[in-house]
Amino acid sequence: MTKILTYIEQRNGEIKRASLEALSFSKKIANDLNGEVIAVSIGKSIKEVDKLKKFGASKFYFFKSDELNYYSPSAFSKLLSDFAIEINADILIFSNTALGKDLSPRVSAKLNAGIGVDCVNVNIVDGEIIYTRPIFAGKALIDCKFKTKTKVLTLRTNVFPLIENESSNFEVVEKEASNLDLRVKTIEEVKNTGKLDVAEADIIVSGGRGLKGPENFKMLEELAEVLGAAVGASRAVVDAGWRPHSEQVGQTGKTVSPSLYVAVGISGAIQHLAGMRSSKCIVAINKDKDAPIFQVADYGIVGDAFEIVPKLIEEIKKLKN
Amino acid sequence: MKIVACVNHVPDTASRINIGPDGKSYDTNGIAYVMNPYDEFALEEALRTKEKLGGEVIALTIGGENAKETLRKALAMGADSAILIKDESCKDSCAIAKILADEIKSLSADLVFMGKQSVDYDNSIVPQLVSEYLNYNCATVVVKFEINDKTIKVEREIEGGKEIMELSLPAIISAQKGLNEPRYPSMKGIMAAKKKTIEEKVPSSVESLTEVIAMKKPEIKKAGKIANSPEELAKLLREEAKVI
Repeated sequence: MTKILTYIEQRNGEIKRASLEALSFSKKIANDLNGEVIAVSIGKSIKEVDKLKKFGASKFYFFKSDELNYYSPSAFSKLLSDFAIEINADILIFSNTALGKDLSPRVSAKLNAGIGVDCVNVNIVDGEIIYTRPIFAGKALIDCKFKTKTKVLTLRTNVFPLIENESSNFEVVEKEASNLDLRVKTIEEVKNTGKLDVAEADIIVSGGRGLKGPENFKMLEELAEVLGAAVGASRAVVDAGWRPHSEQVGQTGKTVSPSLYVAVGISGAIQHLAGMRSSKCIVAINKDKDAPIFQVADYGIVGDAFEIVPKLIEEIKKLKN
Repeated sequence: MKIVACVNHVPDTASRINIGPDGKSYDTNGIAYVMNPYDEFALEEALRTKEKLGGEVIALTIGGENAKETLRKALAMGADSAILIKDESCKDSCAIAKILADEIKSLSADLVFMGKQSVDYDNSIVPQLVSEYLNYNCATVVVKFEINDKTIKVEREIEGGKEIMELSLPAIISAQKGLNEPRYPSMKGIMAAKKKTIEEKVPSSVESLTEVIAMKKPEIKKAGKIANSPEELAKLLREEAKVI
């Protein structure tokens, strides 16, 4: 029986949605491969573990220690690789989050496993895993296969659907984690004040040079607020110092695939398009009808952003009430 | 302090990518190459660390003859020496990391800086893999770096915030944009770089653990709808796209 080990990420005990996506996917391939899904997490505490049953895990192992409240790459990778060896895991699944990206290659190296990261599609062809991942920030895609027995995959967030597929049996095993390798450890976590991060947002409102100055992003923040969106930015405005780098979308910023991406005053340089073209619905607001952003847009409006955005905010408010 | 900065020679981010005749790699015709943008931050931090603590900075890359351009740039920015491991075959991150690890080991480097990812294959796993192969400590996606004696404190970017991490030497640090403002090579640096020799080496024998079967372009979207007013746009998003 194929053993699929799925890493469940939690922060302050809350299970991340991305981990439920990974679990849904794991259950799906478990059905194709006649396998079993084992969920595993590490930390100080974890809440609502019944969710893991609902999305297909038959067992959940929680490695617990007060010293693991924050992420420690050395401790987490050691615990996880030892556990994968102990249960003889064939496939390890992570979400391609900040933690998943950091942790998964450390584990794959300890297991001598091949690793495919940031997958946007995975198929089982004649019993073999074929994974697809974007390269050049999405300007091209590659299909790959593994040459190793043990395999590690990370899944791009917001791409794989949540599928409720309740496991018939479910067992929770808590293990006290000891002999921790804490050579690299987080001593403090700092939150950005109250802002939604583009990497996690379901809706993003991005601005570019067409906004003419940093003060005009206020208008986008208002639009973001009525939509429940995060604010993003093009490279040009980040390099000009109008917005922080954490908001940059594109090849040297974040690659995103929200359900709605609104590009305001962004012409659509190839390096920006690369970072957002996989968004499910793209809206462009630009005064130049020939701007490349319109080539990837599902909906567009040609005109002055300073006139359009305030009216759009009013219209959305009306619709939402 | 012996510091290594790994720099990769990659297509400029303004490049259009087309599929090569083998259907598994990209067409290199007409592509302009640059130093991987994230590696500029890595090299800059390596130079600043050397300026603070003394020692040397060695620029290291794997690639073909043309990768020497990126090494020349590294030398012009201030690296003391440069090594090219000559290998033009297409390898996966695990194989690349093994080659780098072997070289870093033979150099007995104390501290290694790399970009958090290469903007070609976008894996962002090489720094972690190298650290595992060498048993070095490693922190990734670093936006702030401090070193005091043998203790390193970094800020690493995560969703919606930062993790402040501590680790000790020997260490590998992967650089994120925002870590610093990379310097431009000075005229003096450019002239000095021309006189320095680039050491060429052959790679250790390694194997890829994954294999590319096919490369393809993303599907082209059909033309979108142009709304005539914000009212119409809001309505389309609500009723047709059902996204608001």
